[in-house]
This record gives sequence, structure tokens and C-alpha cells, in this order.
Amino acid sequence: MSYLQYFQIPELDRRLLKVWLRNKDVFMKNIKLNFLPPFLEPILYLLAMGFGLGTFVDDIGGVSYAQFIAPALIAVSVMYASFFECTYSSYVRMYYQKTFDAIIATPLIIEDVIAGELFWGATRSAINALVMVPVIAAFGLIDLKYALLIIPFAFLAGLLFACIGMCFTALTPNIMVLEYPALLFITPMFLFSGTFFPLEVLPEPIQYFAFAFLPLTHIVRVIRSLAYGSLELSLLSSLLWIFMASLLFFVLSMNLMKKKLIV
Amino acid sequence: MVTRNLIIKAEGLVKRYGELTAVDGVSFYVEEGEMFGFLGPNGAGKTTTMKMVQCVSPKTSGKLEVFGMDASAHPREIKKDMGVVPQENNLDPDFTVYENLRNYSRYFDIPSKEADKRIAELLDFVQLVDKKNVMSESLSGGMKRRLVLARALLNNPRLIVLDEPTVGLDPQARHLIWDKLRSLKKRGVTIVLTTHYLDEAEKLCDRLILMDHGEIVVEGEPGQIIKDHIGTGVVEVDNHPEVVECLQKSGSSYEIMGDIIVIYTNDPMHITDQLSMECSLDKITTRKATLEDVFLKLTGRKLRE
Ligand SMILES: Nc1ncnc2c1ncn2[C@@H]1O[C@H](COP(=O)(O)OP(=O)(O)OP(=O)(O)O)[C@@H](O)[C@H]1O
Ligand SMILES: [Mg+2]
Repeated sequence: MSYLQYFQIPELDRRLLKVWLRNKDVFMKNIKLNFLPPFLEPILYLLAMGFGLGTFVDDIGGVSYAQFIAPALIAVSVMYASFFECTYSSYVRMYYQKTFDAIIATPLIIEDVIAGELFWGATRSAINALVMVPVIAAFGLIDLKYALLIIPFAFLAGLLFACIGMCFTALTPNIMVLEYPALLFITPMFLFSGTFFPLEVLPEPIQYFAFAFLPLTHIVRVIRSLAYGSLELSLLSSLLWIFMASLLFFVLSMNLMKKKLIV
Repeated sequence: MVTRNLIIKAEGLVKRYGELTAVDGVSFYVEEGEMFGFLGPNGAGKTTTMKMVQCVSPKTSGKLEVFGMDASAHPREIKKDMGVVPQENNLDPDFTVYENLRNYSRYFDIPSKEADKRIAELLDFVQLVDKKNVMSESLSGGMKRRLVLARALLNNPRLIVLDEPTVGLDPQARHLIWDKLRSLKKRGVTIVLTTHYLDEAEKLCDRLILMDHGEIVVEGEPGQIIKDHIGTGVVEVDNHPEVVECLQKSGSSYEIMGDIIVIYTNDPMHITDQLSMECSLDKITTRKATLEDVFLKLTGRKLRE
């Protein structure tokens, strides 16, 4: 069996938009409910950690603790939104609701469905960023100069987590097992990607590991920089890393799902 | 005779799932405007065949053409003109009845105004106008089935493929679906269906196939199949050793099915007379031969795993 089959360039057709629209329509039906978490979560975290815990913490690199974690909260939310959309939610649509089966009985093919799901996952991330940026700005914790750039960046970062999530969806034998990537991959990233304390306090090998293998590290780095209102050339390496990883996992997730669903 | 367009042409079609051969070299054709049935016990390979025709499951080998196009090369073009009623309902539980159809029409690139027009017509056609704004999850089983049928008709298909369209429906709902299928046929739509209701197949289908273990057992018009394999009538008597002996003497074609003996014949009157005279039997039932007799005779009585 050749591993090359997992790296075939997938077919992309404009029809994937129809799958995106289907998910958007469902999202819009519950829009009020869907907007609440990204609105409320940063407020709660900022109150508890930024202003509560933060009173015991010295400035980090010249910014207050609340200012330090605010961009990380956006990054974490971007990660959660698309990862969970393309694991649990996609799995439910695929397996329990048979939505994919219904769609592929039309001129759409499975590639359209998966690509539509992935771009929808990325959109969920962008929506979360869209809600969170003003909330955090209202606390005065964001420099507005480049703040709006966080939203398109959230789409790209969201796409990466959507694709990684979709790989797990393709590989998982049942919905319970999806608990493991959440526990072993997402939770460590939540804690050890320079989110709530600077990466530099960790031993050097772990820092290298984080930069090499934990996507959130790069995403926190970019969003933090944008939120501080500073654009450095060195961010390009993180952007490149995210872009290449997105491409790799996009191709991989499409092929894994094709292999799972075309029987 | 006018030769009609072939809508489906399968030659030596094979489908394997790993070690298991689900469809084992079947060949058949379906002409334009026909109502064509697939019968067979559980696991015979009907759904697997339907899925290959629907271009959602690739064949292992053989040839399969739909609308004259290779099913594996032109799935999008083929599916554009096909309507599908799957064995398992797959309505979108996140949507109402109307939203289900509206969303589905998008997949076929039906313009918005046209979609609304067709949806109104179709809801009327399947008698679900009152349920337009109900979530699809809260429909009854029969209503869901009708909605799936309406959904399959959104794109004005040339061919509709229905996998057990009437499964689990009450007699009224079944008759309604039959009516709808007949009126579709009148409009020239080609219909392929699978069913376990043999009376349904006998009534509806112009031609049908009986499958078992992935192979075709018989093929033809229902009436002809019955005539060829059973005869016109069936006589049933209680199973007693004396009767068996008597039947053996007269050389009739019969089968023992548990407590009763079933005798296949073209002349039920004669057999009845014979049985009552020579075997001095009085409890004799005579009835028309049906597809069910053919089905049981050819596929046996054993339950399928
Ligand atoms: N996805 C699959 N993977 C492996 N085996 C399968 C798959 N789908 C069907 N089969 C097997 O293929 C055979 C034919 O199944 P199929 O669903 O075509 O039967 P059917 O004639 O439609 O039966 P029923 O009347 O119960 O619907 C069965 O043995 C079944 O277990
Ligand atoms: Mg079946």
C-alpha cells in the first residue's frame, strides 16, 4: 500500500461553497446562541485571570498580565472553534445525520463536502475573532492599529485546525475516541504555547518542540504581535509555518476522508 | 418494436468489500420510461447495486453506464439528472421541511425563484403542505419518506432510484407512494426501485430482477416469471404423510413448507378435484400464484443473516 495516495492533490470545485452555505444557514438559525460563547468567554477569562490572577503577576515584557493573555485568548478560541467544528460537529453530520450521504446524491462529490466543511470550520474561527477583538478592545487591551488583521489571520489559523481536526475525524473509530486528540493535543497546546506565560521560561528543548510541532505557538505569536500593534519581519517565519502546515493537513485530511467515505 | 433509450446498462458488475463479494457479476439494462424492480433477501446486494448506479460507490469491476455515460467517469453529470431515495432517510435534522428542500435545491443549481415554485408543487404532490415549517425531525416515518421522495424530485430527474421507498409505511402511505410513482412513470420518468413487498413489485414493475448472494436469480416481467416458475395457481393443503404419498403418486410439483404443502399448478381445479377424490382431503385452499411463491421457491425459506 502506497503512502503517496494520502498526498494526492485534491479536486477543488466551486460547489464546495454550497456545503459552506448549508452550514452557514444552520449557524444563522441559532445566531444568538452561537455568538454568546465568543462574547462571554474573553470577559470571564479576563476578569478571573487578567485582573484577578494578574494582580499577583509582574509585567511581562513591559505589558500587564491582562494585556499579555488577551491575544492568547483569541488564539485559543480560534483553535477551539475550528477544531471542534471539524471533529465533533463534522462527525455528527457525517455519521449520525448522514448529511454527507444526502449531499453526495447530488452533483456534489465527497471532495466538495469535505472542503466545504474545512472552510466552514475556518469561518467559525474568523467569526470568533470578529466577536472577540471588539470585546477585548473595549477593555483597552488591544492596540487598534493592526487589530483588524487578526480576523483574516484567524481564518487561515482556523483552516489549519480545521484540517488537523478533520484528520482525526477520518481516523477515529467512533465519536468517543475524539476525546483523545482533544486531551492529548489541544489541551497541552492550550497550556504550553506561550498562552498564559512566556515560552522562554520553559527549558530550551521544550521551546524548540513547541515551535516545531505546536501550531498554537505560532498563532499566539502572530496574534500577540498584531494586538500589540507591532509588525516584525520575523513573523513571516510563523506565517510560513502555518501556511505550509495548512496545505499539508488540507491535502492529508481530504485524502483520509475520501478513503474513509468512498467504499 | 421501437428500441428505447437505455437508461442503465450493467455488464458483469462486481462489487467487493474486502473479502466479501456483495455483487457478483450482474448484468441488466433499464429502458427509458420503465419501472424496474430489484428483489431479493436481506444482504442480496440490492443496495450495493443501487449505490453504484447512484455513483456514490465505485464498482470493483465490470461495466456500468447511466444515461450512456460511464458511471465512474461522469458522476456529476449523471447525478444531475437522477433522484435518489435512499434506504435510510437522511433528511437534514437541522432544518424544517421547507429548508430541507430549499437547501437541497442549491446543490442542483436551481435558481431561487424556480426552487420556490418547485417546492410548492412538490409539497402539494406529496401532501406535506401543512408541514412546510415543521422541523424534519418531528415528522412521522411516513411523512419523512414522502419528504425524501419530494427531495428526490427537485431536479426534475430523468431517473429516480428508490431503495425500499415504502419500508415501514402504513397501507395508506404505501398506496400514496405507489400512486405518486405511477404518475411519475406516466410523465416518462424512469424508475428503479428495490422492495421487500412483493405485491408492490408485482403491481408496479414492468420488469424485475430477483437477486440472491450478489447474483441474479431470475429476470423478467412479473407475470411471466410467475408463470414460468410456479404456474397460474397454488393449492395449499395441511401437511399429512398420506397427502405427500398421494401427491407423489400423481406426480405433481409441490413443496413442503412447515405445516402446509404448497402445490404449484396451471390447473388448480384439477388438483383440487384430484386431492379431494383420491386423497379424500377436505381442507383445500386455492389461490392465484404470486411473486411471493417465486421468491420463496427460488431463494429458499431460510432466514438470511
Ligand atoms: N460498507 C460496507 N462494507 C462492508 N460490507 C458491506 C457494506 N455494505 C454492504 N455490505 C455487505 O454487502 C452485502 C450486500 O449488502 P446490501 O446492503 O447490498 O444488501 P441488500 O440486498 O440491500 O439487503 P437489505 O434487503 O437488507 O437492504 C451484505 O453482505 C452486506 O453485509
Ligand atoms: Mg438494502
